[in-house]
Amino acid sequence: MRFIVHEDTMAKTKTNTEDYLRMYRQMVRIRSFEDNANQLYLSAKMPGLTHMYSGEEAVAVGICEALKVTDKITSTHRGHGHCVAKGANFKEMFCELLGKEEGYCRGKGGSMHIADQSNGNLGANAIVGGSMGIATGSAFTAKMLGKDDVTVCFFGDGATAQGLMYEVMNMAALWNLPVIYACENNGYSEYTKTEEIAAGSITARAEAFGIEAHQVDGQDVLAVNELTQKLVARARKGEGPFFMELMTYRYHGHHVGDINREYYRSKEEEKEWKENRDPIIKFRGWLVEQGIASEDEIESINAEIKKDAEDAVTYAEAAPYPDETEVDMHVFTDIKHALA
Amino acid sequence: MREITLSQAVNEALAEEMRRDETVFIIGEDVAEAGTPFKVLSGLVEEFGTERVVDTPISEPGFMGLAVGAAMTGTRPVVDLMFGDFIYLIMDQLCNQAAKTHYMSGGKMSAPLVLRTNMGATRRSAAQHSQSLHALVAHIPGLKVAMPSSAYEAKGLMKTAIRDNNPVVIFEDKLMYNDKAPVPEEEFLIPFGEANIKRSGADITLIGTSSMVQVCEAAAEILAREGIDAEVIDPRTIVPLDEETLIASAKKTSRVIVVDEGHQNYGITGEIAGRINEKAFYHLDAPVLRLGAMDVPVPFSPALEDITVPTPESVAENARKLMSGEMIHAA
Repeated sequence: MRFIVHEDTMAKTKTNTEDYLRMYRQMVRIRSFEDNANQLYLSAKMPGLTHMYSGEEAVAVGICEALKVTDKITSTHRGHGHCVAKGANFKEMFCELLGKEEGYCRGKGGSMHIADQSNGNLGANAIVGGSMGIATGSAFTAKMLGKDDVTVCFFGDGATAQGLMYEVMNMAALWNLPVIYACENNGYSEYTKTEEIAAGSITARAEAFGIEAHQVDGQDVLAVNELTQKLVARARKGEGPFFMELMTYRYHGHHVGDINREYYRSKEEEKEWKENRDPIIKFRGWLVEQGIASEDEIESINAEIKKDAEDAVTYAEAAPYPDETEVDMHVFTDIKHALA
Repeated sequence: MREITLSQAVNEALAEEMRRDETVFIIGEDVAEAGTPFKVLSGLVEEFGTERVVDTPISEPGFMGLAVGAAMTGTRPVVDLMFGDFIYLIMDQLCNQAAKTHYMSGGKMSAPLVLRTNMGATRRSAAQHSQSLHALVAHIPGLKVAMPSSAYEAKGLMKTAIRDNNPVVIFEDKLMYNDKAPVPEEEFLIPFGEANIKRSGADITLIGTSSMVQVCEAAAEILAREGIDAEVIDPRTIVPLDEETLIASAKKTSRVIVVDEGHQNYGITGEIAGRINEKAFYHLDAPVLRLGAMDVPVPFSPALEDITVPTPESVAENARKLMSGEMIHAA
C-alpha cells in the first residue's frame, strides 16, 4: 500500500488553470445539488429518501476529471456525486429524483438508480457492492473489443464486506482488466463504524490478489486526480486492475432521514471534518493562494452554481410525471445496446 | 433429416452464433478445454480461443455480474451455469441487476445476455444438483425463460436467445443431453412465445414443458390405446408464454393437465392453470389439473427420487380421472 500525499501536487506550478477551476466548479455543483436534494426531502417534496454525497466531493471529482466521456463508471446508492462528476445535468437529475418523465431514467430509477449512459455512468446501485460485477464486466468488454476505455467502480467501505468484491477482483487480476476499484472509505458502514465491520487493512484485500493498491486523502482533489490520472493511463495500457482507498467523510447520516446519529458518531467529529478538512474550502484556499482565482471570482462561481441548481429544482418541480401508460414500458427491449 | 443429440444441437447453435457475431462469448466454469462436465461445449475453445470461451474461477455471482456489465457495454455473453441449482447463488446479479437494467434506466440501457443452465431430477444427484428452478426466474419481470424439449428446440431457441436483446435464461434438461432428434442442417430459429402443438387431439389437453413434453407424449400414447384422444402442447418458452394457443386448446378439449418438473407449489403448473381458468372457464368440463414435481427436496435414493416427478403413467392416470369426471382433491 502506498500513501499518497498532496504536497508534491500542491508544489506544482499552476499549469492548467482551466482544469483546476473545472474541478472546483464540479465540487461546488455536487454540494449545491445535495443541499437542494436535502431541502427537497426536508420539505417533503421528494418521494422516498436519498443518500447525501456532501463531504466526499473531492473523490468523485478527482477521479472523474481523469476520465474520458467513453470511460465508464459504476455508482452506488450514494451516487449523486458520481453522476454530476461524470458530466450529468442538474435538470435531468432533479427530474429523476422527483420521479419526473424528463429524468435520466424517465422517473423509473430515482436517486438510487440514477444513470447517465451518455456520459458512461452505468448507474447507481441500491445493492451494496452490487455493481462490482458490472464494472468488471464493462472492463471485460473493453479488453475483448480492443477499446482503451477504463472503468471505475465506486463503492463504499461497507461494500468490502460483500463476497462479490473478492470474486471479481480475482478475475480482474487474472485477466488484467482495465478496472479501477475505488473504495470511498467515509468511516461508516451505514450506522456502524468501519473499524467494527472491516478486519485488517482494506488495501491489503486487493493486494492479496496481486492488485496494486493505494490509499489517498479523499479530501484533496488534486491528490486524488493525480493518482487517478496515473492509474488510468496504466490501465489503458493493460497494466490494470488497480485499487484505491479514498479516505473521506460523509457530512450527513446514512440517508437524509438519519438525523439523530450521536449514538454512532459525535458532533465534534463531524465539526472537525466540516471545518478543518472540507474538500471545497481546502481547494478554494489553494486556488486563491496560488493566484488561480480571486475571492470575488470564487464567490461569483458559487453564486452562479447556486442559481443553476435552484433553477433546475424549480424546473423539476413543475415538470410532468410520466404518463401512466409508461408503467409497463421498458420491461423488455428491442434496443441492441444503448451503450455500444 | 439427420438426427443429432441435444448436446450437439446446443454446441452447433453456439458455434453458429459465435461465427456470425464476434461479440458473443461464453463464460463459466470449465467451459473451455473441459467443455463442461456434460461435454456440451467440446470443441468450441479450439475454434474460438480462450478469449471467447472463458474459463472462470468457481465464482458464480462474480462471473454472472461480470456478464451483466459486459452485456451492458456491447458484448453478448452466454453464461454457463454448471447446474441449475446454483441459480440461488446468482440471484442478485440475475434478478436485481440484469432483469432490471432496462427498466430502471427508463429504457436507455439493456443487458442482452443468455444464461444457459440445466434442470431435471432422476440422475441420482441428490437435492443440490437435481432441481428444476425455472419458476423462480420466470417470476421476475425482465427475464425471458426458454425450456427446450428436444435437440430441435435446443438449437432454435438458443440461437433466438443469443439474438434477443434481453436477458434470457435457458433451462436444458440434463438427462436429455444424449437424446437425439431430427435437426435440419440449414439454419433455423424458433421464435419466442410460440407454442408447438406436438400432437393434435380432441378429448384432453396435456401441456408439458422440457422433458415433460416427452412424458405427455408417452401418456397420450397410453391414452390413445384406451380411446382417449389427447392433445400435447409444448409452450417452448414460459416467458413469453403463448397463452393464445393454450387457451384455444383448452376451449377445444375442455380438459387440461399441466405437467412440469418444477415443484408444484407456487409453480409453472399453477400459473398456466390459473390463466386457463381465467380465460377458458366457461369452456371447461373439469378443473385444470396441476402435475408438478413433489414438494420435497429431491431425494438421493432411486427408490424415492423416481416417485417425485410426473411419469407417463401418472399423467395418464390423472387424465382418466378427468375424463371420467371423478373429482380430484389434493392429497
